[in-house]
Amino acid sequence: MAEMPEGHQGEGFFATTLNSVIGLARKNSIWPLPFATSCCGIEFMATMGAHYDLARFGSERVGFSPRQCDLLMVMGTISKKMGPVVKQVYLQMAEPRWVMAVGACASSGGVFDTYSVLQGIDQVVPVDVYVPGCPPRPEAILDGVIRIQQLVGKESLRRRNSEGYKALLESYGIQ
Amino acid sequence: MALTNEHIKQRLIEKFDTQVSSFEEPYGMLTFEAPKDMNLKVLNFLYDDAELKFRFMTDLTAVHYPDQPGRELAVVYHLHNLEDNIRIRFKVFTDSNKPDVYTATALFSAANWMERETYDFYGVNFVGHPNLKRILNVDEMDYFPLRKQYPLEDQSRVDKDDEMFGRGGAIGFGTEKTDHGTITELEKGDVGEEIV
Repeated sequence: MAEMPEGHQGEGFFATTLNSVIGLARKNSIWPLPFATSCCGIEFMATMGAHYDLARFGSERVGFSPRQCDLLMVMGTISKKMGPVVKQVYLQMAEPRWVMAVGACASSGGVFDTYSVLQGIDQVVPVDVYVPGCPPRPEAILDGVIRIQQLVGKESLRRRNSEGYKALLESYGIQ
Repeated sequence: MALTNEHIKQRLIEKFDTQVSSFEEPYGMLTFEAPKDMNLKVLNFLYDDAELKFRFMTDLTAVHYPDQPGRELAVVYHLHNLEDNIRIRFKVFTDSNKPDVYTATALFSAANWMERETYDFYGVNFVGHPNLKRILNVDEMDYFPLRKQYPLEDQSRVDKDDEMFGRGGAIGFGTEKTDHGTITELEKGDVGEEIV
């Protein structure tokens, strides 16, 4: 059960801010889009399975269309040639959207300190949460999802219209 | 009579005389060398000969030998005779300042992508190739990464993010010193509190 937001209640009514209601709804129904290229993707499969069960966090509906999804989970080594693909998938997602870099490679290039590997997906898209590990255990991926939920739940409804956010996208050459 | 390395070598010498050289058999695989403008003649002979029948190109790549001036780049062909199950290795050497080698695409369709790959990584210019452009690396790359002329860790690289490798940068790993000791997780604040 989700925690009730702060508010006023009496018999037959409950009043709270729109922000917290929307945040509550969003954070417990995140649709992840797995972008799995290597071993972190295998850990993610375990995370989705019955033992670790991502469904407990309202994220069991893994979508494979970026247009329907809220959370881009990049799991695995992204080569420089794959960079534009990640960016295109990100662009196809509708706002509000979040990005999670799972594992050392997606976060920083990992051990692949080489000419062909993108040194972290934050060079092409803005990242909200980094999950360390090589590969991270399912618990770590769950921790990342919970942190995404915290971000989603607390996010102001105006954030995506703010100057700061526009400047962030601008710095990635988006819009 | 089954085809032997000795016999293949004899046939090649009969046909090309001193043009073919450096015969050796590492791990039992016949290996030899020819001048680079002879490569198609040799491949054609190996392909067409009724006895040799090397009609399957299993690999085509290059090797960079920076210590051999004038013959820095070796283009290596691996050929397979499917009927007698025999493999041979054939090399041509070229100067890396003018790395022009005739394309084998007319003879082997498989050479198309393998020559693109070889061009991509070593910069061998396959003369006559129908579509010689990069195949695995990004199109914007302006060098040939497998040539042995780059330091292992190139300090001029701009795509590196030192913060992620624990060698400087703004984020640090909770070890930054302040006037009251080391910064703790608590002081840095948890996620979700400050949003852009």
